[in-house]
Amino acid sequence: MNSDSDTQQLARQIRAEAVKMVAAARASHIGGAFSMADLLAVLYGEILRVKPGQPDWPERDRFILSKGHSCTGVYATLALRGFFPLAELQTYGQDGSRLMSHISHRVPGVEFSTGSLGHGLPFGCGKALAAKRQKKNWRVFAMLSDGELDEGSNWEAILFAPQHRLDNLVAIVDYNKIQSLGSVKDVLDLHPLAEKFRAFNWAVREIDGHDHAAISTALKALPFESGKPGCLIAHTVKGKGVDFMENKLLWHYRTPNAEQVKNALGQLGCAS
Amino acid sequence: MRTAFINELILQARLRPEIFLVVGDLGFSVIEPFAEEFPDRYLNAGVAEQNMTGVAAGLASEGYHVFTYSIANFPTLRCFEQIRNDVAHHRLPVTVVSVGAGFAYGNLGYSHHAVQDIGILRTLPEMTILSPADPGEARESTRWLAEHPCPSYLRLGKAGEPELHQTRGLAQGPLKILEGKSDCALVATGSILKVALSAAHQMAERGVFISVFSCPWLQPVAAEFFRPLARFQRLVVVEEHLAAGGLASLLREHLSIQIHSLAVPPKALALVGSQEFLRRQAGMDMEGVVAAIRRILR
Repeated sequence: MNSDSDTQQLARQIRAEAVKMVAAARASHIGGAFSMADLLAVLYGEILRVKPGQPDWPERDRFILSKGHSCTGVYATLALRGFFPLAELQTYGQDGSRLMSHISHRVPGVEFSTGSLGHGLPFGCGKALAAKRQKKNWRVFAMLSDGELDEGSNWEAILFAPQHRLDNLVAIVDYNKIQSLGSVKDVLDLHPLAEKFRAFNWAVREIDGHDHAAISTALKALPFESGKPGCLIAHTVKGKGVDFMENKLLWHYRTPNAEQVKNALGQLGCAS
Repeated sequence: MRTAFINELILQARLRPEIFLVVGDLGFSVIEPFAEEFPDRYLNAGVAEQNMTGVAAGLASEGYHVFTYSIANFPTLRCFEQIRNDVAHHRLPVTVVSVGAGFAYGNLGYSHHAVQDIGILRTLPEMTILSPADPGEARESTRWLAEHPCPSYLRLGKAGEPELHQTRGLAQGPLKILEGKSDCALVATGSILKVALSAAHQMAERGVFISVFSCPWLQPVAAEFFRPLARFQRLVVVEEHLAAGGLASLLREHLSIQIHSLAVPPKALALVGSQEFLRRQAGMDMEGVVAAIRRILR
């Protein structure tokens, strides 16, 4: 995938598959899957060095979804990129399926199971440190939610990564400004987030997390600064891509009904 | 025990390039020889045990066998969820090492009393749990873990414990340290074994010969693991741990004989003092163990 339109199409398909999965499983968390869909499309379309036919290829880049509740976005991306059959997405959240409602390392292409917040970045630090010690060139990408930055374990890792000059690690913050029970500003305000990371000696970039060209340009410029871990703060919209879901706390939880799914797929240009 | 551990770890690290030591800013005058010999396989993660354990899991996922090292409850309870989710669930070779089992850091207060760790970690079936009683058992435990990298917990005493025995084979079953004639046996885990042995010798002077077993291996245990204990009518179990989830509790899950528990009573939790003082207050000094046996045999 080289052109912008390819990643745009991938992003639409990710959202379409995610909304179908959430609806079929009567599950939640579609808003956070949509807010990072463009990031996933550019990552898996242009940036990550991965081989869908060989998920454990030793030289692959490691992608870690720390906001494990948004796994529908990643499962859809992996299936669309050929890591496992697209039809398997229909088993999402069903009894006995390996596609659990929080991301599972038993799924091809998934590095790490999460679900409890604040685990992905420390684990990513360990992987990045291993790459440094073993003189490997692969990189570590950790996708974090804004709400999970409430977790103290993240701030331990945010201290750790610059100390060990982990410039092969990038933390991508899906900064959609809404967490579980309210706006980030009203719960535990992260502002000014970029300054916080900079003060901890990270190299920080801020982008519109739905602008594919901006995402691509930023991630192609990794490492942002030699000797420093990278932090990409992606300003996003929860529920992005479907008008009635955008910026609505409700869609952290609600399962779309058949009519809403049809409406969403229409808006995504993926009406079946 | 901590010196026996680090010396054995250094020996193993010379043989096994995958061994990696991560410390939580603790281990002064213990870990330096490892750090000097293996700078590429050593890390001080700082006073941040959750991140330390997550980092260890990440390192382990890339081929290392990581030993995390700290004291008391810091590498276990402070980061229990990282042990549960990152290490155990992913079945990654991380060995959590804690120094200061039971009341070894008695003077330092409740924060430093490791008396719930076995019970809590035993709820993770993926974890291998070893609780050596003396430097010899600590060496054998470390060697076994190096040879069998797995999610695991190594519960160490502190420093200066005497060598109590030469019996080996801790993965096969409880270690028989003293052969007796009574239908009652003493079973201990950790450095309190020394007290159990003293109590047995005391009883022997009175003509009552009690067998003593050390049980450094606590998990996983197959159905037949405790068979050497099944021939006794009753066991007296001595452990520097609360009753909940400890060795006596484990034995009750596997044996149908009478099991009398000498564990840390809740009333001893509020106390501060030397290990000897706290053991006495808990009724777990030699006199306490002798009195308990006599009561049970009466």
